[in-house]
Amino acid sequence: MGSKSMKSLLAAVFSLFLLTFSSNVFSQEKPADNHKQEEKFDPTKAIMNHVQDAYEFHFFSTDNFEAAIYLPVILYSPQKGWSVFSSKRFGPEHNQTYDGYRLEDENTVVPADPNVTVYDLSLTRNVIQTFLALILFCYLMIKIAQKYKKGEGVVSAPSGAQSFMEPIIVFIREEVAKVNLGSRWQRYMPYLLTVFFFILINALFGLLPGAANVAGNIAFTLVLGIISLIIILASTTTHFWKHIIWPPDVPFLVKVILVPVELFGLFVIKPGALIIRLFANMVAGHIVILAFISLIFIFGAMNTVAGWGFSPFSVVFVVFDYFIEILVAFIQAFIFTALTAIFIGQGFEGSDHDVPHEDHAFV
Amino acid sequence: MELLLPKIGLIIWTLIAFGIVFYILAKYAWKPILKSLDEREKNISDSILSAENMRKEMDNMKSENEALLAKAREERSQMMREAKEIRDKMIQDAKEQARKETNKIVADAQSVINQQKMAAITDLKNQVGNLVLEVSEKVLRRELNNKEDQEKYIQQLAQKVELN
Repeated sequence: MGSKSMKSLLAAVFSLFLLTFSSNVFSQEKPADNHKQEEKFDPTKAIMNHVQDAYEFHFFSTDNFEAAIYLPVILYSPQKGWSVFSSKRFGPEHNQTYDGYRLEDENTVVPADPNVTVYDLSLTRNVIQTFLALILFCYLMIKIAQKYKKGEGVVSAPSGAQSFMEPIIVFIREEVAKVNLGSRWQRYMPYLLTVFFFILINALFGLLPGAANVAGNIAFTLVLGIISLIIILASTTTHFWKHIIWPPDVPFLVKVILVPVELFGLFVIKPGALIIRLFANMVAGHIVILAFISLIFIFGAMNTVAGWGFSPFSVVFVVFDYFIEILVAFIQAFIFTALTAIFIGQGFEGSDHDVPHEDHAFV
Repeated sequence: MELLLPKIGLIIWTLIAFGIVFYILAKYAWKPILKSLDEREKNISDSILSAENMRKEMDNMKSENEALLAKAREERSQMMREAKEIRDKMIQDAKEQARKETNKIVADAQSVINQQKMAAITDLKNQVGNLVLEVSEKVLRRELNNKEDQEKYIQQLAQKVELN
């Protein structure tokens, strides 16, 4: 009995220590981070800088030290040609001009000369992180595939990473592909799996402290949405287009309204739903986490004791939100994949000439 | 608002990344993995099916065995019955044979006895004849004076005959 209460006391002390320690880290990091720009803490600016793309991985900075990884800036301008340089050239305050370019709002390269147009192909932190995450993921998947090729998991039970990946793959095959795509599911499996894991792995990597918010970037989701749209359009049938352009058994006046709505839905709403949903969910999670952390500094600005006092609550909320974000990463990857499959399935809905009648995806 | 403006650089890089990843994974990961999963599922369903078939076969064999056993039992009792019949018949035959044989032996013996008897009778007849002749001869040869002596003599002879 005595040892039990002793243990719980120890646990309580230890967790309290951990909480104070972790909030300590945050509180050391943040004011230093914002110290450079201005003494007053601006949560909107801090959060937006964290959520958006940048030209470096910035961890923390003190008065004389910047803990950051500077990434290459690659610019092409029709007037000036290519220019490649490290983002360190913009200076620690991000206010220096280099090679005729300067940074605006921390995350956009603009030419100093307004007559010059520039295309920014820099390896920003989102790009680098995407590449790293995908290299890791490809390596993992190829290793798993090799295991399968050797017969492990075919003649024996799956083991190791196979056991983690296999239920996900089987789930996508059974609940996404087969349900929505009927007898043609096999053709779309590589895309559905790739897009699912592409979103999942980038969303999960975005949760690492100091990592970039890749899956919550509109460019990232836009690319996936457009690829999905191309695949949706490529799998449509003439039957589908007949119903879109000239729906049968519909009065003419209704057609006038219906046809533009259908076309708009196909080309804008469907991919838009995919793009905006993923982007908004991912960016919202990051903003919530950052907002809870910012609360510490908002309270801290009012009163030092209030800041310290609030920090444990903030940390608890952030931990809670982290768990939700992990869940959201899986859910959003699944929703994106499932919706893509549904939209593809709608493309050959009703075209039951080349498939058996009992195929539920076609009736 | 800047959050909602996609940048061309990131679009291009993401597109490239997706393309490469799609190619690599489709070729080196998804294809073998999906194939292996299919293979395994097929293996499992085949195994279940074959086990079911095996069970059915076993059941069939069991009932077949039982039928065979019953048939064998039937045959055995049939054979026993037949054997018993044969045995009975053999005993019957043997008895018949023995009786016949006995009868024959008895008949033979009887005929032999008869023959012997007849021979003995004949012999007796001959001997009696001879004796009669001898006696007659002796009687004839002796001159008998009186009737008394004659009778005495005959009596004497008869006693002799009796002794014979």
